[in-house]
Amino acid sequence: MKSERLWRPAAGERVFQWLVTMMALGVVALIFIIGRELAHGSQPALRRFGWRFLTGAEWDPVSEQFGALPFIFGTVVSSAIALAIAVPPSIGTAVFLTELAPRWLRQALSLFIELLAAVPSVILGLWGIFVMVPWLREYLFPLLRITLGFLPLFQGPIYGVSMLAGGIIIAIMIVPIITSVSREVLRAVPESQREAAYALGATRWEATRIAVLTYAKKGLLGAVILGLGRALGETMAVTMVIGNRPEIAASLFAPGYTLASVVANEFTETPPGIHLEALFELGLVLLGITLLVNALARLLLGTLPGPAVSPS
Amino acid sequence: MLVNGAGATFPYPLYSKWFDEYAKVDPSVRFNYACIGSGGGQKQILEQTVDFGATDSPMTDENLARAPGKILHIPTVAGAVALTYKLPGSPRLRLDGAALAGIFLGEITKWNDGRLLGLNPGVNLPGADIVVVHRSDGSGSTHLFTDYLSRVSREWEARVGRGTSVKWPRGLGAKGNEGVLSWVKQLPGAIGYAELAYVRENKLPCAEIKNAAGAFIVPSLESVTEAMVAASIPEDFRFSMANAAGAGAYPIAGASWLLVYERQRDPLKGRKLVEFLNWASTQGEAMAPALDYAPLPDNLRTRILQRIKTIRY
Repeated sequence: MKSERLWRPAAGERVFQWLVTMMALGVVALIFIIGRELAHGSQPALRRFGWRFLTGAEWDPVSEQFGALPFIFGTVVSSAIALAIAVPPSIGTAVFLTELAPRWLRQALSLFIELLAAVPSVILGLWGIFVMVPWLREYLFPLLRITLGFLPLFQGPIYGVSMLAGGIIIAIMIVPIITSVSREVLRAVPESQREAAYALGATRWEATRIAVLTYAKKGLLGAVILGLGRALGETMAVTMVIGNRPEIAASLFAPGYTLASVVANEFTETPPGIHLEALFELGLVLLGITLLVNALARLLLGTLPGPAVSPS
Repeated sequence: MLVNGAGATFPYPLYSKWFDEYAKVDPSVRFNYACIGSGGGQKQILEQTVDFGATDSPMTDENLARAPGKILHIPTVAGAVALTYKLPGSPRLRLDGAALAGIFLGEITKWNDGRLLGLNPGVNLPGADIVVVHRSDGSGSTHLFTDYLSRVSREWEARVGRGTSVKWPRGLGAKGNEGVLSWVKQLPGAIGYAELAYVRENKLPCAEIKNAAGAFIVPSLESVTEAMVAASIPEDFRFSMANAAGAGAYPIAGASWLLVYERQRDPLKGRKLVEFLNWASTQGEAMAPALDYAPLPDNLRTRILQRIKTIRY
């Protein structure tokens, strides 16, 4: 009798541990399965094009010339623009929420940020087509051309749909994630850090800069990397405003094309054949870029001093 | 009993109506249709994961050879691709194959180009840039339009070719017919192509296109049907009606097909499918014009009914 009572809890414990372990392994397995399916589906394309696929700039389904370079360029540039636009306001908002805002405002602002995160990509894309792009075409882009038109970045015809529009809409999508993760990171900074700064005579801004931000640098970088990860894969909203032209251009006003967008656009209608396999290969390239960025991020985070307050 | 199909999005509104109506005719069978695009439809029928496929562009010889059995193309309806544009005053433009190829190739860059002025005397064309808008997603409309351009312009055929996705020499890519039209509505000087039904619904201007007989034709159900009547349709029903002969034929028109195996694996499903195809090719066709689809002409319909008789189950 006694031995039964001792036996049951231990078995339940083992089952629980096994279950949880299987779920974790399942996630890992999922990544491998996705990678394997992409590799399998792109086999003939991999064999036909080899490394040239990454450097080729032609995407011609009729003559069967496929090169990923314009899409890699589009994905990288639009994500870079998105980070440049999104990171300062996001971290600024996080600082405001943790250091400066009164409690009532904190809650209201947090709610709005979460609402922004909840907007589906397609809806934001629709807003982009009917509200943002006309505004860009009529106000912002001409202004940029007048003030900064000496730079090749702001030259050429203005359509509204452009690489810059794509970057802006991605920025809107990644602000919530960077803000909320940054906020958690900043909240985790021990109060003692701030107190020490004030004790030494620091002003509000100095205390924030020296005590809080420096301490949280690693975690904030982690938040930015999470945002970047989302930016690389963002599909629907981007394809609706970026112009979908597989060209590498110097101007931000020119249309562009990202890896995720071209796959979303062409996949369903493409009959089996080399075109479909090339699209699989683009998927593989995007997976590769995502893994590479994450690996580099981990390395970077490893070299930074300070505690690992990153929630990731 | 459930019969599964998948494929093209263009005929979906009509097929959907057909499935609804047919359920009243024969309540013992229900049809399921997934709008995954022509490419998906072809893929699924090749892999036999669906009972029938639907496509806006015929299957290639290569893909047909990969099939485990003979696949029949059954034409159901036809549609037109209209050219629409945004110009001050929304004039009715006349365009021909050479002008369209020139515009989409990037050789004609301004609206007041001599070639366009020559086709439209009396129309006040501005000196603005032409902004080309095309489809970014693979589409039967693109296949139809590029097929037409390949037939009327040797340069287009050499440089670009035909397909559901092509390498456009210039222009912005928009997703879906709605995408193209939303850009054409917004961008001054824009020109784009879309299914006739969408253009009409949005109350946008349509260009008159010069056909093979030399007349400038407005896209409409009648001019599409005329193109079909005149088109030469081979035994296997894989045909193009682009640039068809016929005095009133609209040159940028094309058919949509259902894909079925000549030998059906499941006898009961096969019988139900054949009954449906017969109904669709007769009563179903009568419902097409109300939904803006051009029904098949009688001569073609007779041939199709004969072909349906050859399906074995």
